[in-house]
Amino acid sequence: MTKKLLKGNHALAEAAVRAGCEGFFGYPITPSTEFLEYMSSRMPELGRAFVQAESEVAAINMVYGAACAGKRTMTASSSPGVSLMMEGLSYIAGTEVPAVLVNVMRGGPGLGNIAPSQGDYNQMVKGGGHGDYFPIVIAPASVQESIDYTMLAFDLADKYRTLVYVIVDGNIGQMMEPAEMPPMREIPTEAPDWAVTGAEGRDPIALSSIYIDPYDEEVTNLRLLKKKLEIEKNEVIFKEFFMEDAEIVIIGFGTAGRISLSAVREAREQGIKVGLIRPITLFPFPFERIAEAAEQAKSFLVVEMNTGMMLDDIQVAVKGKIPVEFYGRLGGVTPFPDEILSEINRINENPPTDPNLDARADWVKRLEKAIEGSN
Amino acid sequence: METSIIISGFGGQGTLFAGQVITYAAMAAGKEVTWIPSYGPEMRGGTANCTVVISDNRIGSPLVLNPTIVIAMNQPSLEKYESLVAEGGYLIANKSLIEKDFSRSGINSYFIPANELAAEIGNMKMSSMLLTGAMVEITGILSLDQIKTALENNLPARHKKTLPMNFQAIDKGAEYIKELAAEKAK
Repeated sequence: MTKKLLKGNHALAEAAVRAGCEGFFGYPITPSTEFLEYMSSRMPELGRAFVQAESEVAAINMVYGAACAGKRTMTASSSPGVSLMMEGLSYIAGTEVPAVLVNVMRGGPGLGNIAPSQGDYNQMVKGGGHGDYFPIVIAPASVQESIDYTMLAFDLADKYRTLVYVIVDGNIGQMMEPAEMPPMREIPTEAPDWAVTGAEGRDPIALSSIYIDPYDEEVTNLRLLKKKLEIEKNEVIFKEFFMEDAEIVIIGFGTAGRISLSAVREAREQGIKVGLIRPITLFPFPFERIAEAAEQAKSFLVVEMNTGMMLDDIQVAVKGKIPVEFYGRLGGVTPFPDEILSEINRINENPPTDPNLDARADWVKRLEKAIEGSN
Repeated sequence: METSIIISGFGGQGTLFAGQVITYAAMAAGKEVTWIPSYGPEMRGGTANCTVVISDNRIGSPLVLNPTIVIAMNQPSLEKYESLVAEGGYLIANKSLIEKDFSRSGINSYFIPANELAAEIGNMKMSSMLLTGAMVEITGILSLDQIKTALENNLPARHKKTLPMNFQAIDKGAEYIKELAAEKAK
């Protein structure tokens, strides 16, 4: 296999095709549109289903239907579009059928803008729709990872009969990098035994998210919870860099994580003992590894392109053992490595000592100054 | 070693494609490389830029604050990026659309009348390839042949007939730099 120069959106889409996605249903929105555009020619070429629906609400319900029929199916959208899909996603979760969603995140709230953002962390990781459910959330940081983890997303969706969200920001959707595609997978000829495929010669199957009797719903909720615990045990993925002797540990996912790597490398050249943990699954979250790192490190710096959504999860893992600092850019602004490097330098020169420091309040003051300075 | 290039100009000037050609060439040369466009609500006539990072190592950030090389195809691009070129870096500017012909100290700057030179070979749209040729001649980050091969292998089929003209533009840009060096040597 040789590497090809691929755009993030195209790579994500082709990976879905190769994972055996038989039905794509979507509605265009920047910065994810190239995904749908690619599928519009690629899926018919292979005799598979492509529908540009009349809205995101329609698209996600088409996904729901195809999933109930036992087909590998998905949609791709961007933040405001994903918000519109939340009802359907909750229904899919409640029905326990597998489906994959790719969210190429942009600046918000509201219509916001089309620039890259990680502001959907809470919506994606904490559920987003109504009710108790736990989608698996994977955050690739490169075009190659986008391919690899989209393949994995379909497998995990089937394995747990769950929703899997692959979340990237506009940077990864739009950028080009050399990457390698895996071979095309065979599409299974037989539908899974739970699928609605026509009841000729067998008892009918009904798939639904309605459990009128609360005791039935409680049993369902408990089943979903047990699935969550199983997923937490088995599916945590993260990458780490320069952690052997790290005293300052940066934690960032997706683009914020890879940009931090540039800063960490430069700081290492200056002799600063700094390392990086980049969570790849955001649910299940690498709580254990973070807690372990808190035993080793003197302080953490969490870097995100939002107001510190993952920061809350980090603090849960750290349990107040060491000071956790935060640096974020908002509204569709992507931080440069230089900004993170100067944060590392600041921490190195004046190491925080108070494990109860208010990371967000301190950062707000620094960010306000930085914004003032740049205007 | 990490080299970062920002190519900026009006939409339609070929900045994004020029960046892709450099990216393909770097990839063929076995380098790690990223290409990322500004993808704002821009259209022909608006501004368009892309950042290319070329490295021997896995690339962290695809975006850079202080690029090693800037190709500024018009006045707004010069205004935006002139002060951001890394110390010791290169500014290559399209003099045809820029009101000055000198830049700040600490960087190597070249002001090239790319539109006029491209018009001489018959197509002003060749200005981005011309400046790419000049950039390669100045910085030596890749060879002219590597750029040409990348162009040949990746030019969309519908534009194949423009290949000879693109080659001419790349050579003309490089020639301009050689002549400039020869003049300086006198």
